[in-house]
Amino acid sequence: MSAKHTIAMGKYTLNINGKNISIEADEKMPLLWVIREIIGLTGTKYGCGIAQCGACTVLLNGNPIRSCSIPASSVAGQPITTIEGLSPDNSHPVQKAWIDEQVPQCGYCQSGQILAAAALLQKHPHPTDDDINMAMQGNLCRCGCYTRIRKAIKTAAASAKPASTLN
Amino acid sequence: MQPRALKSRRQFIRDTSLSGLALVLGAYLPGCNTGSAPNIINASGGTLPTSIELMTWISIDRSGKVSILTHRAEMGQGAYTVVPQMIAEELEVDLKAINIVFAPGNQKKYGSQVTGGSSTVRGSYKHLLRIGASAREMLTEAAAKKWNVNQADCYAENGSIIHKPTGKAFTYGDLVADAAKLQPPKEPKLKARSEYRLVGKPLPRKDTPLKTNGAAIFGIDKKIPGMLYAVVERSPRIRGKVKSFDDTQTKTIPGVRHVITVQRTVFDHLQEGVAVVADNLWAAMQGRQLLKVDWDDSGFEHLSSEQLFARMHEDLKKSGLNDRTSGDFERAFQKATTKVEAVYEAPYEAHACMEPLNCIADVKDDSITIWGPIQGPDWVQSDLSQRMGVPLDKVTVNMTFLGGGFGRKAFLDYPHEAAVISKAIKAPVQVVWTREDDMTQGPFRPGAVYACKAGLSKEGRVEAFHTTTATQNMNHENPGVDPHSFNDSTTEGLCKPYFDSFTNYSFADIPTVSPIPVMWWRSVYASTNGFAYESFIDELAHAAGKDPLEFRRQHLDDDRYQALIDQLITLSGWKDRGKNQGWGVAITECFSSIVGEVVKVSRKPDGKIKVDKVIALMDCGWYVNPDIIRQQVEGSIVMALGAATKHDIHFKDGMAVEKNFDTYSMPRIHEIPEIEVHVVDNDERAGGVGEPGLPPLAPALCNAIFDLTNKRIRRLPFNLDEV
Repeated sequence: MSAKHTIAMGKYTLNINGKNISIEADEKMPLLWVIREIIGLTGTKYGCGIAQCGACTVLLNGNPIRSCSIPASSVAGQPITTIEGLSPDNSHPVQKAWIDEQVPQCGYCQSGQILAAAALLQKHPHPTDDDINMAMQGNLCRCGCYTRIRKAIKTAAASAKPASTLN
Repeated sequence: MQPRALKSRRQFIRDTSLSGLALVLGAYLPGCNTGSAPNIINASGGTLPTSIELMTWISIDRSGKVSILTHRAEMGQGAYTVVPQMIAEELEVDLKAINIVFAPGNQKKYGSQVTGGSSTVRGSYKHLLRIGASAREMLTEAAAKKWNVNQADCYAENGSIIHKPTGKAFTYGDLVADAAKLQPPKEPKLKARSEYRLVGKPLPRKDTPLKTNGAAIFGIDKKIPGMLYAVVERSPRIRGKVKSFDDTQTKTIPGVRHVITVQRTVFDHLQEGVAVVADNLWAAMQGRQLLKVDWDDSGFEHLSSEQLFARMHEDLKKSGLNDRTSGDFERAFQKATTKVEAVYEAPYEAHACMEPLNCIADVKDDSITIWGPIQGPDWVQSDLSQRMGVPLDKVTVNMTFLGGGFGRKAFLDYPHEAAVISKAIKAPVQVVWTREDDMTQGPFRPGAVYACKAGLSKEGRVEAFHTTTATQNMNHENPGVDPHSFNDSTTEGLCKPYFDSFTNYSFADIPTVSPIPVMWWRSVYASTNGFAYESFIDELAHAAGKDPLEFRRQHLDDDRYQALIDQLITLSGWKDRGKNQGWGVAITECFSSIVGEVVKVSRKPDGKIKVDKVIALMDCGWYVNPDIIRQQVEGSIVMALGAATKHDIHFKDGMAVEKNFDTYSMPRIHEIPEIEVHVVDNDERAGGVGEPGLPPLAPALCNAIFDLTNKRIRRLPFNLDEV
């Protein structure tokens, strides 16, 4: 117990949305709380703290991860994308599709949903329903926006030119 | 609630902080509950103002930029869009060009702000339209006076007043200073529905772009200068008291500043906890983990779910409270050709909003400022004023976006707790609930048990209908309420024309007593009543040997229902369905709207049941935004599917068993059927939208499963893989 709760301060650099940011914090502090409370980017949400809901999803090397359950110090130096980094002006095809299909209700889970969808489309530019199920089932939505999420992913896929131009 | 003064009409011109040098139009109407005027400011139960002063709904700055206040919370249901959509319609401005500002809690100014009972549109639409129309007429009058022309020759269009004969125009920005000096019209002329440009159109939500790039500020995202952070170690047993605590280790965490016992009011009792306050949230969370609290768990029952439901089943044997009867049920039941009896059971549920509870309070000697995801800012304002002894006008309650609400964020405990902590530590503080706090502390949707009995005539008509409901009465939670008073929501969800066709009926209510705190959950009692009543009606249809939809048609002798049934038959292809192919239907009525849902199920090759499709038809009368209605019904269906087939809250030894999403298992994308939502076009009064889509899903699903499998499901939740 006491060992587990010893605060060991660490110094490391996070690469968030293309910027290097020096962090000095408890080494155990999850990426979620570093992003929200130290860096001040609040688009990434706390939902469960145990990697069950996906509200805290960010992209690490382009792959969706649950930032609530990963110490920030363990991903130092690797490229991390939050919703603010996907595009601040809603110009990413997934954001556009989310607006076209009017996906969000309360909106709290949507940063995670959008990042998970963006990562999916990067790997599978034209995902099947099964691909969507696999990629998106880690992201809960209590408002029940799921049918629109599925539709928006297909809209984004249809709007994309060849995958290589997505970047 | 606080007394409301009916002030004389007067004019308003003043600066506001909304958009710099804005002028606020006195779009101000006299009390609207006087004389023959209908009570058009109507909202969820018990807090109806009798007269309302309206001032700062619309402001226009000198450049013509229009700001419209939304007085209701935005928790996903679309108030942020539909309130301005209604005002902008009559004001003749482009919805795209306006600012939207959340109104702070102030019932005197805005009427009820409690976003509950699906009341945002149905409760205030006529009023909001009149506000827009009043402002438009004042601007028109101001223009006519400036030009010295006949007002009848002037009209409003897209933020300008135009003089028809000459084509000359003033923008609203040119006119607002003069307009604000005018008397508001007594009877502003409202547009005909056929003239609408905005209302009734599926306009995109104004909050969508804020929710796709992380810009929307929810309560948990809000920060104010000098703010500290608190988390609270809460008694795992809901009514436990703090006997003592040891904070030695907690205080070794850098950043931890205070460790104090706190209380928050939950109905008639205080729930206790130990707050750890720190410079940052992580330190507070770490400090909480090291805290040792000794709880006093005496003086209340430590119930398990088995005990609770056994108590409800035992309660069903009592005669119960009963104030809804017609004819002689017992006599008609005895005489009936066919008798049907069934017992249904629905579980306790957590609201499980994706955004856990949180609240910022800044309590000073003579004022309180609150920021948070709050469904009822006016309630919080008056509650804190009373509890903290601060004058009402010194309590400012600011709404942020809400990451879900579903009823839970209309409760007053979490702002109260934040205020108690802020006062104790003499600093602004944000209290953040963990998911586990949020899920285990309640108040919960109450579980319920229903005993239903009916008698059919030889021709298959219902001649006798009776239900006894055993459940915790949510109203009885409030201090001072007579514990023997009848639950007036016992028939909520049941289609009203049944009262005319079931000639002999009675509805009995047994208020089951338990220390578990309970409160509204999306669609409130209809969320469980609908399951019992519409499942039972289906059982009656089968007992009568009739098509379930035709059976309902025969007992719903009302044009509006008949039209709904006709449309539902067409939309679902009901008449073309094969026998026992897995089709079910249910129709419920609540919050002044009627919803019919048809569910189609099938059995997969592995033997498990799959929900293929849900077709929903919403009749909410006059409506504002059909796409938001579709969203709400889609979401209601998903939430109902979860409550029917996935999750419930159990209790063991006085504690909630499910603590997080690993055990409270909500539906995920791969479990969602195709959902098709249609909206009825008619000229009925506006009904609710956020909740009425929920109750029909569970019975329609269970009725579909009966059609496919001949198995009748009478207890929720059930596992689709095990039917």
